[in-house]
Amino acid sequence: MFLRDLFKQGKFVITSEIGPPKGCEIEETLKEAEMIRGKVDAINVTDNQSSVMRFGSLATCHLLIEKGFDPVFQVVCRDRNRIALQSDILSAAGLGIKNLLLLTGDHPLLGDHPDAKPVFDLDSVSLIHVVKQLENGTDMMGNKLVGEPPKFCIGAVVSPCAEPLDPQLFKMEKKIKQGAEFFQTQAVYEPDKFAKFMDKVKSWNIPILVGIVILKSVGMAKYMNEKVAGVHVPDTLIEELKKDKEKTKSGQTGVEIAARLIKELKPLCQGVHLMPLGWTDKVPEILKLAEL
Amino acid sequence: MLITEIKPKEEFDIVLKDNLIIIICKGCKEIYLPVVDINNLINELKEKKIKFDTINVDYLCNHEYTKLRTINLKEKIDNADNILVFSCGVGVQVVSSYINKHVVAGCNTLYIHGFQGLTPFIINCEQCGQCFLNYTGGLCPITACSKSLLNGPCGGAKNGKCEIDPEKECGWEKIIDRLQKKNQIELLQIYQNPRKYSLK
Repeated sequence: MFLRDLFKQGKFVITSEIGPPKGCEIEETLKEAEMIRGKVDAINVTDNQSSVMRFGSLATCHLLIEKGFDPVFQVVCRDRNRIALQSDILSAAGLGIKNLLLLTGDHPLLGDHPDAKPVFDLDSVSLIHVVKQLENGTDMMGNKLVGEPPKFCIGAVVSPCAEPLDPQLFKMEKKIKQGAEFFQTQAVYEPDKFAKFMDKVKSWNIPILVGIVILKSVGMAKYMNEKVAGVHVPDTLIEELKKDKEKTKSGQTGVEIAARLIKELKPLCQGVHLMPLGWTDKVPEILKLAEL
Repeated sequence: MLITEIKPKEEFDIVLKDNLIIIICKGCKEIYLPVVDINNLINELKEKKIKFDTINVDYLCNHEYTKLRTINLKEKIDNADNILVFSCGVGVQVVSSYINKHVVAGCNTLYIHGFQGLTPFIINCEQCGQCFLNYTGGLCPITACSKSLLNGPCGGAKNGKCEIDPEKECGWEKIIDRLQKKNQIELLQIYQNPRKYSLK
């Protein structure tokens, strides 16, 4: 299933993210996927997220397809040069992967291999350009591919609450021009800011999946405010997390906040992308509370 | 030793019109500048009766020195519409950093092995051989961005600072700021092909 078909049908698209394990036992990750079977349209698999080395995104996507799920294959530019990126994208097509999410990726200095060589041979914009070339039957040097060319639905990312916002908008426009078909956003906690962003990108007429990260604790909210680019958790939400410590610890406060945000943001956009960061078991309840 | 070569003319022919200033950096002592190509271009401009001035300097890479040297030429520079610079990548970035005009690089700086010259300023040139300064307001994305991105910023900057170092400014936010000041923000929409590492 190509995500573009769901957008065309006017469906409010739901995706959720899973992060492969730091090890070769993938069973737990597949169990996580089972928790949301039938409740989401696609499962997004991160690519060595936060520059922490893990089980691969491509292999996880393949295993998800075997189990009957629709994965979104995340591809970052940090770890592979243009040869490896094109090769993995051809492999993805060969394995039946239909949806891609193409992004720059965090710098290796942020992860558990800070001495690694930062590759960034392509960037998120040129990677989109290259995938379009592959879809047209050649590699990026114009060499012909054998047989039917691959076909994908190409997704990209944007940070709608970033300050300043202009740099994000400039790059978003460039990604659309190169062939991005939908956008997944950084975590949103400020509906007003998101509404302003949606207003600015309205004329581009491109589907947006709003990003939702479940707030697990006060510490997490404060950490994001201090460290995570483009994310601001307002004081009112931090107060709500502080109010009932037991409820927050059980995850219920985060679940309620996420559901409320989705309800509020739904009329503004074309779908939601959940980033539960290990709390996939909470996703069904969030969706239920959000009446999805 | 530094080696530069003249850029393909289509990269700077937009500024080859009246009210142009051409700045030529004659060195570091050991620079190789494409003098014949530059002279041919100057002769061509004369034949076409285009109004322009040339300024010959040395050590354009030295920010303070260049500023002092160009104080006398302030009026001339203020009256110009465009500035075409024949120098290494550092020289162009120095001029672009303090003259709020359309500053255009006329050269690519090629990579050679060993230590190169003296650049007594934080501006850096990696000698990539395919200078991008004409698209980025005269700020090098290869050296100013931690990921050397060519098509705009990643989403990692927080409060204008790079994700790898809270002290380091986001190179792309500076580039965008510069392009906005120079009224050239549309340049950002030009798609940049991946670098040619075969040039190194």
